[in-house]
Amino acid sequence: MKLDRRLIAPLLITLVLAGAHWSFGVLRGYEAIALAVGLAIATELATRRVLTGQPAQIASAYVSGISITILVRSPVLWPYALGAVISVLSKGVLRFRGRHLWNPTNLGICALLFLAPFAVAPLSVQWGNNVWPMLVIWIIGLNALRLAKRAHITLAYIASFFAFAFVRSLISDSTFVSEVAPITGPMYQLFALFMITDPKTTVHSRWGAALVAVAVAFVEMLFRLAEVIYAPFYALFVVGPIALLVEMWWQSRTARAAVVEPAAAVQGATAPSA
Amino acid sequence: MNADRGRLAARLVATAVFVGLLATPLVIRQRSSRSGAAGPALGEAGALERYGFALREYSDSAGIRFTHQAPALDPKLDPILPWVAAYGAGVAVTDFDRDGWQDLYATNSAIGSRNALYRNRGDGTFEDVAAALDVADVNQAGTGVSMGAVWGDYDNDGYEDLLVYKWGRPELFHNDAGRRFTVVTGEAGLPAWINANTAVWFDYDRDGRLDLFVGCFYPDDVDLWNLPTTKILPESFEYAQNGGRNYLFHNAGDGRFEDVTARAGLTSRRWTLAAAAADVDGDGDPDLFVANDFGVNELYLNEGGGRFRDVGRESNLGRAPKSGMGASFGDVLNRGSWTLFVTNISEPGVLIHGNDLWIPSQGPGEGPSYRNLAGAMGVELGGFPFGAQFGDLNNDGWLDLVVANGFVTGESPESYWYDYSMVAGGHEGIIADARHWPAMRGRSLSGSQEDQVWLNDGAGRFQNVARAVGAANPFDGRAVAVADLWNRGVLDLLIAYQRGPLLVYRNRVAPNRSWIGFALEGKRSNRSAIGAEVRLYWDGVEQMQQVDGGSGFASQNQRRTHFGLGTAATVDSALIRWPSGLVQRLVAPAVGTLHRIVEPT
Repeated sequence: MKLDRRLIAPLLITLVLAGAHWSFGVLRGYEAIALAVGLAIATELATRRVLTGQPAQIASAYVSGISITILVRSPVLWPYALGAVISVLSKGVLRFRGRHLWNPTNLGICALLFLAPFAVAPLSVQWGNNVWPMLVIWIIGLNALRLAKRAHITLAYIASFFAFAFVRSLISDSTFVSEVAPITGPMYQLFALFMITDPKTTVHSRWGAALVAVAVAFVEMLFRLAEVIYAPFYALFVVGPIALLVEMWWQSRTARAAVVEPAAAVQGATAPSA
Repeated sequence: MNADRGRLAARLVATAVFVGLLATPLVIRQRSSRSGAAGPALGEAGALERYGFALREYSDSAGIRFTHQAPALDPKLDPILPWVAAYGAGVAVTDFDRDGWQDLYATNSAIGSRNALYRNRGDGTFEDVAAALDVADVNQAGTGVSMGAVWGDYDNDGYEDLLVYKWGRPELFHNDAGRRFTVVTGEAGLPAWINANTAVWFDYDRDGRLDLFVGCFYPDDVDLWNLPTTKILPESFEYAQNGGRNYLFHNAGDGRFEDVTARAGLTSRRWTLAAAAADVDGDGDPDLFVANDFGVNELYLNEGGGRFRDVGRESNLGRAPKSGMGASFGDVLNRGSWTLFVTNISEPGVLIHGNDLWIPSQGPGEGPSYRNLAGAMGVELGGFPFGAQFGDLNNDGWLDLVVANGFVTGESPESYWYDYSMVAGGHEGIIADARHWPAMRGRSLSGSQEDQVWLNDGAGRFQNVARAVGAANPFDGRAVAVADLWNRGVLDLLIAYQRGPLLVYRNRVAPNRSWIGFALEGKRSNRSAIGAEVRLYWDGVEQMQQVDGGSGFASQNQRRTHFGLGTAATVDSALIRWPSGLVQRLVAPAVGTLHRIVEPT
């Protein structure tokens, strides 16, 4: 039986969450995840068709709800609810030429971190002290992405992160190991495996998507040099829509050229010779 | 056409909702800051009129001029020294010479620095008698430096003895009738070197002799002045179990203390910063709460027979890993049951653990279970807090809450939080090694934060009135203790600051507020009466307090219990449950009086 690619992300993130909770009890109770996932799906069901004319994508909303629960830390429940609804609703509201421009979960997280820092923090701590869970998540995640033909995006990002970490270590007074530290933690696993590989909010071409991942890592470096704690999220927030707009512009330009060229050919065929 | 128009209308509505959602945090922020604002300083008259009390910083007038000095450690730690050496400003209150006036002991932490024992002269001033009584010079190369101290009469001779716990050799001083102190560490059998940050006296087996719990931060084999390796830090910032082991010492009665930790089941290796004891399950023997940084907290139920069982997870208060740094029990709802306040970090946008206010929620016959109502009651977000103590500061009949705040105030206004968050998310091999942490270079880590004085309104909410009543200081707060320093029927306030002063706040309470106090002395129970519970009944209200054997962070309140009564002119009764199990009822004890009660035999 062939696995529907659309189910890969939900299955994978469920696996990560289950493993993390089983190992470390990362869910501080089930209220937050129930709230976030429930509201994300409810918002998707209530708004998707009305706003876009497209059928609801439950799997996408499910991933958003779970991602918000994992990546945002708060002692209160309302940020989980708010982040989930903002994420899903953004797909229907922030659209350009029929596409939503921002990765919905990343937008929800950025909104919370920017507007409600008094109540939320990003996942910025290691889940445990054992290297094996980390390796298992990376291996399973990359393998799943390979099946979905998106592993190159994550690998491009990881390679760029290491390269830019080296550059940062030359510019700042931190060591290379210090600069590399974030990518050894769970937040970056989720970011690199799920956020930047979202098919809806990355460009279509294989090399283009890899280039965007490199651009995200580069802008993240700039944010990090400015000591912005939420650097990866903000970098994706900035680079993602720009990449999509460039792709749309490029596609329309190519399409125009395709229309003009046959017309010119027809015109040339019928033009009276000099 | 109609479908397009309908979709356009729907998108307009959705956009409006979306904008509204984005604005929601701002509205919440504004509302919460309005209700929790410290407010402007009101001056003494204004604070008295509005809140019923006012605090005046009185250290200099009282002759208390103590400045805490942080330790210098192995040079390998220098880049992050301000953070690693950010502990040690402790204060413990007692009447060591039995003259009826509360004295206080303050700890220092630099090699060669001196601790202070401020004897209360009774005329409004204090004198430092530490050197004269041989309890000053305890911070020495080779034996380590002080992290805090607790008083308890371990040999029941009527005079409170002193344990100074250190990063180094703990020192037990026998109080020789208030005239001098003798070091009895060797005879007591205490370990040669531990990295302790908390200690609590309590009689866990109710044999009438005080036993001792000591909680440790770094492992015992770490000598912070001579490090063969820099791999000494927590392996995780939420799940670390590579900290120091804790100790439970049983008082053998002949001056020796026996290490019964393993037998008692207190074998965790978390990074302990605070502990407090109380009988949370009402079975008559004291249970033990242990607050851990970088991990979950532990609640050890005393099962009798010298055994404890950790019910942290099943009772909820040990479920979520946080940054436990202080712990205090108090009956904040006047229900005759223990509420537990635990301090945790809240750094906006970086680390939002939030303080815990654990309210008992179990039904009759059930084991301890708690709900965290810190958010609902307004004491959740407070910065980088350490010590916290309950006490009725305005004598209105409700326990208020004082929290000391601020971690490291550097020379630079720049923050170290970016570097902290960058490395803290890394793998064990990175974060546990000090050499991987960027140099602090004078930057601050949650520095310059004001303390909080949270006033209990009796209706389920606390309001921070620190600035209004005159107790907002930007130093890096650690220990907090409350005591009636001048025998006036009000609780004064002591706050010890890291690399800063020991501040004494003299309290003035509105004249129409009544009070009653109890000074207990055990006979069958330990003579300090530590662990004795006093339930006071008046005007249909019940409030419970206990004799303190150490709580908060590196601190200990006075041994007396102090009840504010509001405008009540009488009380119905007081019920004393002594650690021995004896219950004693006092009918209509006089108000406005400190009652000295000796346990009936």
